[in-house]
Amino acid sequence: MEPVDLDFEEADLELPSEPMTLLMGPSHPAMHGTIRMILKLDGETVQDVDIQPGYLHRAFEKMSERGTWSQVFPYTDRLNYVSPLLNNVGYALAVEKLLGVEVPRKGQLFRVILGEMSRISDHLTCNGAMAMELGAFTPFLWYLKAREWIWEACEEQTGARLTHSFFRIGGAAFPPTEKIQAQIRSILPRTLEVVAEGESLLLKNRIFLDRTQGVGVLTKEHALSMGVSGPVLRSCGIDYDVRKDKPYLTYGECDFDVPVGEDGDTYDRFMVRAEEIRQSCRIIEQSLDLMKKIAPGSPDDAVSIVDPRIVLPPKDKVYTTIEGTIAHFKLIMEGIDVPPGEVYGYTEAGNGELGFLLVSRGGGNPWRVRVRGPCFFSLQAAHDMIRGGMLADIIPTFGSINMIGGECDR
Amino acid sequence: MSKLILERLKAQFGADVLEVSSFRGDDVALVKPARWVDVARFVHDDPRCACTYFVDLSAVDLCDPRTDDLDMDDRFEVYVIAYSVEHKHRVRIKTRVSGDEPRLATVIPVWSGANWMEREVFDMYGVHFEGHPDPRRILTYDEFKGHPLRKDYPANRAQPLVEYRDGTFNKLGPFLQDEGMPLNRSAAPDERN
Amino acid sequence: MADLSKLETRTIGGGESGFVTTKFEALLGWARKYSLFQYPFATACCGMEFFSTASPRYDIARFGAEAPRFSPRQSDVLWVVGTISQRQAPVLRRVYEQMTEPKWVIAFGTCASCGGFYDNYATVPGIDKIIPVDVFIPGCPPRPEAVLDGLMLLQDKIGRCDRTPETVKNTLLAEGADEALEKLYQIRMKP
Repeated sequence: MEPVDLDFEEADLELPSEPMTLLMGPSHPAMHGTIRMILKLDGETVQDVDIQPGYLHRAFEKMSERGTWSQVFPYTDRLNYVSPLLNNVGYALAVEKLLGVEVPRKGQLFRVILGEMSRISDHLTCNGAMAMELGAFTPFLWYLKAREWIWEACEEQTGARLTHSFFRIGGAAFPPTEKIQAQIRSILPRTLEVVAEGESLLLKNRIFLDRTQGVGVLTKEHALSMGVSGPVLRSCGIDYDVRKDKPYLTYGECDFDVPVGEDGDTYDRFMVRAEEIRQSCRIIEQSLDLMKKIAPGSPDDAVSIVDPRIVLPPKDKVYTTIEGTIAHFKLIMEGIDVPPGEVYGYTEAGNGELGFLLVSRGGGNPWRVRVRGPCFFSLQAAHDMIRGGMLADIIPTFGSINMIGGECDR
Repeated sequence: MSKLILERLKAQFGADVLEVSSFRGDDVALVKPARWVDVARFVHDDPRCACTYFVDLSAVDLCDPRTDDLDMDDRFEVYVIAYSVEHKHRVRIKTRVSGDEPRLATVIPVWSGANWMEREVFDMYGVHFEGHPDPRRILTYDEFKGHPLRKDYPANRAQPLVEYRDGTFNKLGPFLQDEGMPLNRSAAPDERN
Repeated sequence: MADLSKLETRTIGGGESGFVTTKFEALLGWARKYSLFQYPFATACCGMEFFSTASPRYDIARFGAEAPRFSPRQSDVLWVVGTISQRQAPVLRRVYEQMTEPKWVIAFGTCASCGGFYDNYATVPGIDKIIPVDVFIPGCPPRPEAVLDGLMLLQDKIGRCDRTPETVKNTLLAEGADEALEKLYQIRMKP
């Protein structure tokens, strides 16, 4: 169609060329309440952007230094609060690396299963919220429906819907409940159905495709030097996944694929997340099968290691024996005695490589807990995804980064 | 893990690499602050290291205010972690700067991702990165005084931007005592510590 | 008219239809409480539970409060969902000041109510240090049921024209709740 104002002479006139400054956030619905962007606009084109995080800085690292090693778990829940169990696993593995212990096989499988459940809930939320911000409200509601099923299973196991604090240094708080395996098996196919339904609404939708394809492109080299990880990195075509490149827990035994994008645009990030949900389901199915094969009563058939210096004794021992009482008292009051040292433990969390740099000087309290929140790095790279694009493209680009305030600002 | 990077570093920089270790499989090299950028560039550019993927940059406060002098040498340990997607190995390079006016050269020319991390280290520890293009605070606000992750900064010394409303201190919190939430925030922030 | 009868209302008979007298504020409060436009100031973890409350299973629309307005000038209720840091505090107060009267504030979750376990330099120890609050919903994060309780408490307070801060209390499970929950579980487990 021809522009309406083609015949007018005024069409030759140029608009004022000084850039306009626009403040976006922090209380903007698409900024998740915690990001402020100072945009320099030329018409609707973003000339420059200054992204300011820090509105949800809650001093995770300072608080971790104040308590014992175990008391950090509730804070890790609230780092990436869409997938708390993955953070629990990451922190537990880092401390276990410093201690030099390994959880029994059943505990490892259990961590894989619950962690992947969390990953599904993370990706469902991210994709759903991104679709919602583009105006597609129905997939969001459907994805939240599936997320409720997952949270219900997590609640059945851990007692909490969202902030579980379930894993412990050296294992987990409880063994798997009777119902949990059947429940997980029953929700996986239903979840996949919902994911497919949501995609059927979006992927043939011209509006969704036009607003995501070729928008917010991140190049390979830039992603590497920016430290971007997780789905955002994989969408650029780099198959770096900690689960494959340095398998921890039982990921080495599972057969799963790492989805990789090509263009590094918003659409690829959406598709990588959608495919990772399917791969997570495969991992869970396989892990449940592996868990079934463990002989009952064997040393593998336990979720926690047996070491009174690390793991709390069972409650009936605490109340009936003096050894149990003392072990409980020592672990609660003094904390686990972690030998002096310094390790960097890293796992693949919902948004990418979640790293914990732990420094111990001996004794029950951490000297330093540094968390490498993956979306802090993705957000830094967002500067180049947004610059040069349109103002309206900020919304899907920012949504596809999956910025989670707790993890980004800590 | 491969110790290749550590060996290459020792061969290249000799006595400037103060210490290497591989505790629990983490390859760590402690270098002199003067060679900080050179080492980073070597790790990035050397084809056998090829650590082009920037993982993390942060710092550790090594000073214990109960026993150590706050201006001690080697107070802040800044580290950078880099990974090679090609060779699948990673290395942690550390250096130590003094507590009195800590300064270090920036590694942004090597990995552009170091930008926000160096701002964070400045914000949290007060280490100045020379040559940083945008040395502002990042997680706290401009009005904030001090550097909160230093060990001598009390955890609950708040610096409110908004004046608190009258009559909200020294009152019982919203939860009653039997609801399991004893409120220890009864005094104004300035009176604490 | 069941609600009105509680509010110092008298029904006077006589004639064919009769008529009702009430206080003007009470009538206004009754009219207001089921059409709350909300401004979700969602910052942190609690935002996830806020999504859940708005989503089909818990469906906040049943209580007449489903319309979010991301402009403070159009909203009646400010939901402060999540931790408010010292850096965020001026923003929160600005948003509150921009809202038009009548306005109510709900502190969603422990962090908004008292700072929670973030007892440190970065967080505000409860938003009532900055703005007045009507209803506190404890929980970290609170369950959607607790959120709905909080909303109903606010509606009740609006109806009563009561502005004293109140906290959502935990309620004991009714008798027979265990069997009902088990039944619910069986229904949900059906493919």
